[in-house]
Amino acid sequence: MDLFEYQGKSLYQSYEISHPKSVLIKNLNDLEKVNTLNYPVVVKAQVQVGGRGKAGGIKVVNNYQELEDSANAIFGMDIKGHKVEILLVEEASEIYEEYYISFTLDRSEKKYLMMLSSKGGMDIEQVAKDTPDDLIKLHISPSEGLIDKDLDNSILNAKLNQEYTVELIQIIKKLFELFVAGDCDLVEVNPLAITSSGVMALDAKVALDMNAKFKHENFQTLEDEIPIPEEEKYAKERGLNFIKLDGSVGIIGNGAGLVMSTLDVVAEHGGNAANFLDIGGGAQSETVSAALEVLETDPNVKSVLINIFGGITRCDLVAEGIVKATKGKNLKWPIVIRLDGTNALEGLDILKNNPNENIFISENMDNAAKLAVESGA
Amino acid sequence: MSILINENTKVVVQGLTGREGQFHALRNRDYGTKIVAGTRPGKGGENIETIPIFNTVEEAIEGTGANVAMTFVPPAFAKEAVLEAAYAGCELVVCITEGIPAKDEAEMYDIIKNKTDSKLLGPNCPGLISPGKSNVGIMPHEITKEGNVGVVSRSGTLTYQAVHELTQLDIGQSTCIGIGGDPVPGMSFIDVLSEFEKDSETSAIVMIGEIGGSAEEEAAEYIKSSITKPVVSYIAGVTAPPGKKMGHAGAIVSGNKGTAKAKMEALNEAGAIVVSNPTKIGKAIEELI
Repeated sequence: MDLFEYQGKSLYQSYEISHPKSVLIKNLNDLEKVNTLNYPVVVKAQVQVGGRGKAGGIKVVNNYQELEDSANAIFGMDIKGHKVEILLVEEASEIYEEYYISFTLDRSEKKYLMMLSSKGGMDIEQVAKDTPDDLIKLHISPSEGLIDKDLDNSILNAKLNQEYTVELIQIIKKLFELFVAGDCDLVEVNPLAITSSGVMALDAKVALDMNAKFKHENFQTLEDEIPIPEEEKYAKERGLNFIKLDGSVGIIGNGAGLVMSTLDVVAEHGGNAANFLDIGGGAQSETVSAALEVLETDPNVKSVLINIFGGITRCDLVAEGIVKATKGKNLKWPIVIRLDGTNALEGLDILKNNPNENIFISENMDNAAKLAVESGA
Repeated sequence: MSILINENTKVVVQGLTGREGQFHALRNRDYGTKIVAGTRPGKGGENIETIPIFNTVEEAIEGTGANVAMTFVPPAFAKEAVLEAAYAGCELVVCITEGIPAKDEAEMYDIIKNKTDSKLLGPNCPGLISPGKSNVGIMPHEITKEGNVGVVSRSGTLTYQAVHELTQLDIGQSTCIGIGGDPVPGMSFIDVLSEFEKDSETSAIVMIGEIGGSAEEEAAEYIKSSITKPVVSYIAGVTAPPGKKMGHAGAIVSGNKGTAKAKMEALNEAGAIVVSNPTKIGKAIEELI
């Protein structure tokens, strides 16, 4: 789960990672709070999309009047489809040097990866492409952690300013601690800066591993602060993994791989999926009814394909869910159903005993997809 | 033959007393799998439907000669359980548990690889089945059939789909394996491919991948250099919306790898037959053998 910058910085606070003093503005009437900071300050739009600086979402101001003007301009601004509803106002320091650092998991190596560069404050992907030697990569053993000597060498090889080695080591170790103990998928700081107030993490791009939610009380709070589209929220509350797409064939399936594959087969038959919807493993009949309700909220849906291969999931429960959600109803669209695997025969019997003129059963995935595309055309 | 498990495999179930563990252990025993023991700290000496429970894996091995562990322990305790089984000397640990934090996975992989002789399959995987011999996992054995095609996949339900397609055409399988789709899986495609290559009863291989990561590209290189048996491959996610990038760091690490197109091209170039739709897997294998 990707965090807003201000959320990432709240984690910096917990892990004692030095960063600028700041206040959070969620309402323009709260601007007075900024007077606890020393000017100049930076007003930063909080949006989960890159390029906010270019879009005018970041401004340095020298006094309250300028602050009001900038805050009014930025608040409510639309940046690439993201509306600005929160501002982070930070004390601005004089910046002497800008570095880049990140910690992530390298899935190929099955180790943690630290990337470090003296070329911070700019597009680091471009640096990686144009002058790859300027980006130092260090693989870290997950069981041994970050070894002092390796870190020293990385700082040396990245040609960071030697005068600040002690402070750099300190902040990098704390960032690594946040990455590991904080169960982050990503900690990326660009820039990590040497400023008139010392070495500081000026930005925060942090993503959390939500599988570790049980270890961290604050994950839920952070999650609640992140807005998600209404229909995705509805689906999430019901334990469904739902992503809205642009097509007209509504898709319900079990298991991410099978659902992705269903999208592909629909496309092969000339259709376009309206969504990705995975009911997960071991779904109950209520889960399936809820999945159909989620699709009803999408006016673009013209037909629905339910593709189930039972393993842990039982096809009879899926069939019960379908019957519950559709019985006696005048369906808005045709539903094509394919059931295989655990208790498939029982499931098909349930469907046959509860006929509906808009429900069609198909014996395999390919034909089911074809029928769903044709019946919605 | 088959790979990794066979009719002599003796399984200890970690988490046998839980709902999922018990359901699948008994179902697998009914299928003929030698489920010889279960573990649950503090419940040693009891039994579940005549399967003896031990306090530790070590005691279970001493008492029954178990050589493979099947793990159904909840995410918060899974790392410790997997490591316990590996340290106790299980040749293979099959971790079914879903939802283990990535840091726990990375750490347990590192320790198993460097400090033990065990192999780890999973986590978050459906396990493996050698049809007619042994089922260590949650795959519905009804859809399998004894034979000579090895199946390996990252996705659970898509594995079933592929196996089903084969069985429908009366093509049997030597072993079907789901390696799991988590960030740090134990055995990789390459590990499984090399086992299939060595197995005299496997004559062809089905490999099913999906978008994300670079495991399929790495497997393609391995197929090119080291696999002599025919491979049919399918990659799910051609039309899937592009996933979120892990910041710039993620983009730098993955480069242009990870898309379905890149994976299909790599496999194609490695000499595998790449099909565009899982329902075509059976036909492609049929034409090969």
